[in-house]
Amino acid sequence: MARLTFVGGIHPYDGKDLSKDKPTKEVLPKGDLVYPLSQHIGAPASPIVKKGDRVLTGQKIAEASGFVSAPIYATVSGTVKAIEERRVVTGDKVMSIIVENDGLYEEVEYQKAESLESLKKEEIIEKVKEAGIVGMGGAGFPTFIKLSPKEPEKIDYVIVNCAECEPYLTSDYRRMLEEPENLIAGLKVILRLFDKARGVLAVEDNKPDCVELLKNLTKDESRISVKALKTKYPQGSERQLIFAVTGRAINSSKLPADAGCVVNNVDTVVAVYHAVMEGKPLMERIVTVTGDAVADPRNFKIRIGTNYHELLEEAGGFKKEPEKIISGGPMMGFGIFDLDVPTTKTASALLCLTHDDVSKMQPTACINCGRCVEVCPGRIVPSKVATAAEHYDEETFIKLNGMECCECGCCSYVCPAKRTLTQSIKSMRKLQLAKKKK
Amino acid sequence: MNKLLKVSSNPHIRSGAATGNIMLTVVFALLPATGFGIYNFGMRAFLLILVTVISAVLTEYLYEKLCKRPVTIGDFSAVVTGLLLALNLPVSVPLWMGALGAVFAILVVKMLFGGLGQNFMNPALGARCFLLISFTSLMTDFECDAYTGPTPLAVLKEGGSVNILDMFLGKTAGTIGETSMLAILIGACILLFTGIIDLRIPGTYIVTFLLFVVLFGGHGVDPAFLSAQLAGGGLMLGAFFMATDYVTRPVTKRGQYVYGVALGMLTGIFRLFGPSAEGVSYAIIISNLLAPLIEKVTLPKAFGKGGEKR
Repeated sequence: MARLTFVGGIHPYDGKDLSKDKPTKEVLPKGDLVYPLSQHIGAPASPIVKKGDRVLTGQKIAEASGFVSAPIYATVSGTVKAIEERRVVTGDKVMSIIVENDGLYEEVEYQKAESLESLKKEEIIEKVKEAGIVGMGGAGFPTFIKLSPKEPEKIDYVIVNCAECEPYLTSDYRRMLEEPENLIAGLKVILRLFDKARGVLAVEDNKPDCVELLKNLTKDESRISVKALKTKYPQGSERQLIFAVTGRAINSSKLPADAGCVVNNVDTVVAVYHAVMEGKPLMERIVTVTGDAVADPRNFKIRIGTNYHELLEEAGGFKKEPEKIISGGPMMGFGIFDLDVPTTKTASALLCLTHDDVSKMQPTACINCGRCVEVCPGRIVPSKVATAAEHYDEETFIKLNGMECCECGCCSYVCPAKRTLTQSIKSMRKLQLAKKKK
Repeated sequence: MNKLLKVSSNPHIRSGAATGNIMLTVVFALLPATGFGIYNFGMRAFLLILVTVISAVLTEYLYEKLCKRPVTIGDFSAVVTGLLLALNLPVSVPLWMGALGAVFAILVVKMLFGGLGQNFMNPALGARCFLLISFTSLMTDFECDAYTGPTPLAVLKEGGSVNILDMFLGKTAGTIGETSMLAILIGACILLFTGIIDLRIPGTYIVTFLLFVVLFGGHGVDPAFLSAQLAGGGLMLGAFFMATDYVTRPVTKRGQYVYGVALGMLTGIFRLFGPSAEGVSYAIIISNLLAPLIEKVTLPKAFGKGGEKR
């Protein structure tokens, strides 16, 4: 049963008006492009080019180095300048391939598919794998693995995550308005893999024009429906989305496939379409450059690897001094201290704010008000879980279901004592996950 | 860019909710009851309130100064404690008792246990009960210039009859802030509409108490008796302003219902079977002590049932 929503969640200022009404602008990079070898979950890709090699747009420059891994493609033509460590948005230094752009944009030849029907299922999955597609909503999990669950016949829902619940972000919104055909075609490609599944385009109801448009375009598609979900953060969180669409609740140790679902976000589905039907590897994505410090906030279709500096220049630079710059949205993005980092497959936005809420607020004592409990979509007690984490009390942390946290940030957002609940829980989760791996 | 910006863990935005704002709203919501108390009992009530509030704030300030801790009187929680304590005192008590109660509330019940958020029982009620036990006759003497009789609940307990309208409006004997059901309900609405409290605890509390009185009160479903029980004593003030105290109530949703039931039953027992006509304060502080246990057994089930391994 579709519930169209979930328990908990918040309604922060969404800031989408800044950028939502301007058409996406295509940006060709001018400077060097940087391709971190690790821009997905799993093993870093291993380079197959060396310094001095000439590469073409669409040429593979690093290949997957394990099952959970993804290849990387050059997004411009030019010369490999170096393979060295470069700083990425998370602040880490990651081995990267640097390509000097020759400005010619010479492309390799892509092999188009004749028709979807002519492709075997294995061929589709192979194409998605070869194209280096990973979850572009932020997680960066290799998509071909999602598309090949153990029991494909048990999948009865293919959900496209069009919620875009993160404040300020409008890239999915623009994509849905500007190329809905590609989105629907991508969904059809995925549906081809799952005979018993129906496709659902799950959109938050703050985008009525998208709902309307997609409904019109899919009215003759018997397998595809559009669902308008209640607008609430984090509606786009995978498990909350599955619940809203199907009424099935899964815990953190389960996969969407356990609930008969395959979930992908808008950009990913469009990338699947390009990969399978046009033979194009993952090279582009849409990035929202926005925030009250930006002169001309809007969306850009960018070549992955473009420097954030260039994006900001395209958006007219700063009109006010920024105090905080975030890669991604304000709820789950990464704060960055310097713009000199490359865009990656998972870069959804560059958000420049003139106010830094966090550094102005001093955490004080918990007053046990219970607001975090009210908003937690994972239905845990964040105040207690965070305290356990802060005391490094692993046993209590696990007992209180600390591992069920999805790190959405709602608890920190509402906390009147300004405790850094999400941060504490997140750190402990990371430690526990690392321990499990050992 | 030369200037490196600050980074922080997500989320990067925060809501406007702040402890100080919440406490200030509670003070604001207490103003109708406070105002009526002063109107009802005269300037002496105002003086007592002033002494209690100032003593509470000063105790917190001095304690933190002496212990070289950050001073937290800016969060207004000491003001709330002082004000609530004053509203729970008869107008005739000496001023030093108000001050003593405030010092006990802040120093013993709150600061010694770790300050805001760490106290195991409601400081104002802890202090009231401390005063009740130590100075029973002064604390239960409700005679003053305005009223010379016993409180309506005491009258009721002796089998007498009371004027319900007077009780609803608050023109009766009692502690400074508890007499007017109307003024308290106005304040309660402020708390409800600003989302500071919800009806889970007060609702369960009052319903349970009424059921208890119907079953064991000896009057059955007698509207006059029931409304007198409802409007009399500290029930309204306790249910909306003190049982809902964040720090000392269970944080879990299911726990709050259990807590409400416990409060209702204890209040019923104390009022009907105890030696005194009043029982809200004791019911609340005893339930405060149960809160951690209630929380422990009412932890919510995590989304997707949680816990089990793949």
